[in-house]
Amino acid sequence: MTEVTLSNVIKRYGVHQAVHGIDLDIEDGEFVVLVGPSGCGKSTTLRMIAGLEDISGGEVSIGGRVVNDLPPRERNISMVFQNYALYPHMSVRENLGFSLHIAKRPAAEIKKAVDEAAAILGLQELMDRKPAALSGGQRQRVAMGRAIVRHPDVFLFDEPLSNLDAKLRTQMRVEIKKLHQKVGNTIIYVTHDQVEAMTLADRIVLMRDGHIIQVGTPLELFNTPVNTFVATFIGSPPMNLLDGVVTENGNVRLGDGQELPVPTAARAGVHVGQQVRYGFRADNLSPVGHGVAEDGDIAEIDLRIDLSEPLGTETLLFAVLAGTEIQGKMLNPRPVTPGERMTCRLALEKAHIFDAETTNVIRSS
Amino acid sequence: MRRRLPEWFVLLLPAFVVVAAVVLIPLLFSLYSSFTPYKLTRPSTLWTWIGERNYERILTDWKFWAAFGRTVLFLTIALNLELLFGLGIALMVNKVTRGQRTLRTVLMFPMMFSPILVGFQFKFIFNDNVGLVNNVLQSLGSDAALPWLVDGNLAMFSILFAEIWMSTSVFAILILAGLFAMPRDPLEAAKVDGCTPWQSFRHITLPFLMPFIYIAMTIRSLDVARAYDIVQIMTGGGPARRTELLWTLMSRTGYVDAKMGLANAMGYVSILLSIAFTIFFFRKLSAARAELGMGG
Repeated sequence: MTEVTLSNVIKRYGVHQAVHGIDLDIEDGEFVVLVGPSGCGKSTTLRMIAGLEDISGGEVSIGGRVVNDLPPRERNISMVFQNYALYPHMSVRENLGFSLHIAKRPAAEIKKAVDEAAAILGLQELMDRKPAALSGGQRQRVAMGRAIVRHPDVFLFDEPLSNLDAKLRTQMRVEIKKLHQKVGNTIIYVTHDQVEAMTLADRIVLMRDGHIIQVGTPLELFNTPVNTFVATFIGSPPMNLLDGVVTENGNVRLGDGQELPVPTAARAGVHVGQQVRYGFRADNLSPVGHGVAEDGDIAEIDLRIDLSEPLGTETLLFAVLAGTEIQGKMLNPRPVTPGERMTCRLALEKAHIFDAETTNVIRSS
Repeated sequence: MRRRLPEWFVLLLPAFVVVAAVVLIPLLFSLYSSFTPYKLTRPSTLWTWIGERNYERILTDWKFWAAFGRTVLFLTIALNLELLFGLGIALMVNKVTRGQRTLRTVLMFPMMFSPILVGFQFKFIFNDNVGLVNNVLQSLGSDAALPWLVDGNLAMFSILFAEIWMSTSVFAILILAGLFAMPRDPLEAAKVDGCTPWQSFRHITLPFLMPFIYIAMTIRSLDVARAYDIVQIMTGGGPARRTELLWTLMSRTGYVDAKMGLANAMGYVSILLSIAFTIFFFRKLSAARAELGMGG
């Protein structure tokens, strides 16, 4: 059993504090993704778990053992680095077997483990090549193989896909997920790409400025963001946010005087005159007959479509509402001419109200 | 109608002329003179062709071979110790976080001195009467006045000491450059893979530094193989030729004994030594680079 527990973990660089007291419980076999904009402390946190950075305060334990003062080699972890970090003077085979070689394992065992890892990752053809003779995707696979070979308690991934091109990234994403399903170890994965986080994670830890903002399953973060930062960071395109004021009749008056009803979920939490931000996703705003369910809590908005991006199964629509550019989605699309006026339907049960000042979400319960 | 010279030839002509004047002609001249009994005091001897007699004489001359062997020994000891010290210094300086630039500059001071001055300095330091070393030894209670520059072995040691003092920083600087160029990731990967600091150094850092080490070796082997100034100042090849290296022997033969033809022949034989070392280290360098995937 290898849980990883962080309690009140702090990282200071001189007077600057990079990580502010993080608490996190990661279960055995869980795939946890730390995500956030650059400089949010996610890599630092990972490196503290790995033992590559000193822990300035708090406690990290792996499998119930406090590892604060253990060097990386005694933590039984493996790590996959952003720049692959292969040993340039060693062949793929030597790279894969290096950790076992250092541990003075018998040659037969090393060979078996290396061949096994090579088979999982499809590296058999490349065993005698040097890293310089490999493509980016192949190098990344070798780096992953090197991690597998040791049968570690925990895998740590530090932005492993950010140096690959888009197509390869998608491919490798699938391979990483398969790998997790095959070996079933605990994985802690750092990325700045919310798509990777959404697609890979059992649980996402969203960080900003050294704080954890929200922890939850991908769908929890997507559907119930705790504040506007989560709402705009998770999901593509980011959530539309419109500034407004709550009126007496239970609406939000937007900048141009137009009113939208306060979503059901937030109705009890707002008070008249409150400055709020009205949030909804593009997926929940569609032209009549092209998406959002016809029944349920619906608001209709008349929009002038400035721009459309056909994506095949859907078309992304750009319009301006109350001075803010917003996006909607048109399912089973038809051609759209720029400047066309459309009546769009907004699914109110999927809309959110955020406090304009604190940026936190307002919910009744 | 006169045929004009091709344009490329005309454009390159000045370069040809200069190279011929400063390199080619002296080279050919010295090669020619090594087949003559050319004595500086009797210029007409230049026109007497004696074939390979000079070379025969050298190859059977134990004094030459003693100097040759001593030079190889000197070279081997100096290069290895310089590598060892240079590596150590570079690794330590690389760890320094504050004042590293200053330290790097200080490191290069010995290289800025003229070898002649270094020679004089160490001649004083090792002097058996008034030298610093014996002074220190005596104030520590030893009665001995060690004959640093008179005893054959001690003199060799003293010269090596001066040479190493002056040139270790060549290794240190080049290896430090290697350490700076070294990517951090593989070292971190090695830590995670279970390496102790020594294993990281042995398996990751050192292979990466090898090309830099071989470059330093190549440069220094050429330098040391023509070691002359420090030796000439400190011992003059003496006492009784016990610190005679190839170049002090050559200069003695050419200028003191005025046998320029013979000295030139020695020069050509000893060039083989430099060529051999250069080829050796270049092969090593290419191999090390290929190993790192840097291409031939």
